[in-house]
Amino acid sequence: MPRSDTLQGAMTRWVRHGGAGKLLFTTPLLIVFGLFAWWPILRSLVLSFQRTNLVADPAWVGLRNFSRVLADPLLVTAAWNTAWFTLLALVIGFPVPVLLAVFIGELRRTRTITSVLVYIPIIIPPVVAVLLWKQLYDPSEHGLLNTVAGWAGLGPFPWLQSAETAMPSIVVQATWAGFGTTTIIYVAALMSVPPELYEAAELDGAGVLRRVWHITLPQLRSVILLMLILQVIGTFQVFTEPYVMTGGGPDNSTITLLMLIFKYAFVVGDFGKATALSLMLAVFLTALSAVYLRATREWKPS
Amino acid sequence: MNERGILSTGERRQPVTRVVFTGLIAAVLACLAIVAAGPILWLAKSAVSTSQDILRDPFGWWPSGIRWGNLAEAWNGMDIGRALANTVYIAAGNWFFGLLVALTGGYSLAILRPRYAGAVSAAVMATLFIPGVVSLVSLYLTVIDVPGLGANLINSYWAVWLPAAAHAFNVLLVKNFFAELPKEVFEAAKVDGANSFDVFWRIVLPMSRPIIAVVSLLTLVSAWKEFLWPLLVLPSPDLQPLSVVLYKISATAETSTLIAAMFIAVILPLVFFLLFQKQFLRSAGRAGAVKG
Repeated sequence: MPRSDTLQGAMTRWVRHGGAGKLLFTTPLLIVFGLFAWWPILRSLVLSFQRTNLVADPAWVGLRNFSRVLADPLLVTAAWNTAWFTLLALVIGFPVPVLLAVFIGELRRTRTITSVLVYIPIIIPPVVAVLLWKQLYDPSEHGLLNTVAGWAGLGPFPWLQSAETAMPSIVVQATWAGFGTTTIIYVAALMSVPPELYEAAELDGAGVLRRVWHITLPQLRSVILLMLILQVIGTFQVFTEPYVMTGGGPDNSTITLLMLIFKYAFVVGDFGKATALSLMLAVFLTALSAVYLRATREWKPS
Repeated sequence: MNERGILSTGERRQPVTRVVFTGLIAAVLACLAIVAAGPILWLAKSAVSTSQDILRDPFGWWPSGIRWGNLAEAWNGMDIGRALANTVYIAAGNWFFGLLVALTGGYSLAILRPRYAGAVSAAVMATLFIPGVVSLVSLYLTVIDVPGLGANLINSYWAVWLPAAAHAFNVLLVKNFFAELPKEVFEAAKVDGANSFDVFWRIVLPMSRPIIAVVSLLTLVSAWKEFLWPLLVLPSPDLQPLSVVLYKISATAETSTLIAAMFIAVILPLVFFLLFQKQFLRSAGRAGAVKG
């Protein structure tokens, strides 16, 4: 006799087929992502059109949060600083891990010790690393880096105390803290380069540099391109380094977009304005990655 | 290792290549030792130096003698002991909840595969591509007043543990690992009458040790590094981890005490890394393989 398709029947069958067990195993993920990932993302969209200050009830204000962000003279400074940080981090920090990884890939007996050295900065908590470098950047002639510069007859440099050198100094510290992660990832990616390619190149009489240029780098292409955009997305959201190192100074020369968001939200208590700027930055970064992914897909390796 | 790299075994044996390559290795190792390990060694030396020596003679070997007292001053006077305990507590919670969500979620999405698995996977992956900045402020407002619960998690470690567990990358790592386990084993167990809990406990978990190690290391390291989020949600000084406490005291503390406190903050992760270096390097590589 066919069972009547009542709600109860459907439930029984669902449980018997393991539906309840499946749901139970998915529940921790659903709760945690629902409350602390998906809901905040959706809520940002609402918040950016509201006035929220935790005192009065939220009120709809249309695009006013966005126009108030755009009217802030600090926005241009912060946007420029952030772009400058990102560019410097690319120029200083991007080539080093690639070259280092190609080198580590060739090592045999010294490979472990080299990898361990490369990994050490990754282990150091960012606040400690920044405070440590702040000490190294001591502007007096007795400062550690100024002592080293003094051996070469240079300096003393003001490092963090001058608007020109503060940002590059922060970038050097950030590069120090970050190069290990990328290097280790490239080293892992190098394992998948087929040795026959090098074999063939060697038979063709290609030297070491030409093998790196024509085989290693093209083989790493997709990882390199991905790390590039991930680095840009990451550096555009830089906060801890400038916040701890200089607090945005001197003269706002190191204030970044995320520090501005932090200031709006947690110093001033203007959550709507903070969310509006967050959303603008996120949309910009998403658009940038979309354009980037499309552009790089077109240059297929020949 | 007998597979060739860029250089072939024959080339490695040639005297000229050998000399050049060995020289290059020595130079790079020396540079790395100075650049990567140098600052940490200096930190260790300065942790037991006087402020005067640190500021006046950074390269001197304790011209005014070794000052072990710095460490005690930092530990007691700056409450670094409590901050260290808080950091361990935060890391332990992040580890537990991160692993719980990644393992159960990965099991459901890769092996149980309910009908909604595709949609949930897509929603989890979407959070990987949306820049984190979007949710900083709204996450803070969520934690102040958790929807449905009406709870305020400020000054509670739940405010750190739960958002950290919503880590799409860990779910992805575990899900990919589970997807490659042999399906026949689960099918056979099912035929023998095992339910999804038995399969999870007796079959999947014992096979997951490598991925548990990877996720554990990644979670513990990132928990130790957290700064901005605990700064926001743990305003009470009694609850703050090392990162926040070090930042707070950095403006006013005596240089020697601050440096000693920083040294205490790095010892544990450093020793842990040196003990488990193989696992660390492997997990970093595996993390990269997923990104690639």
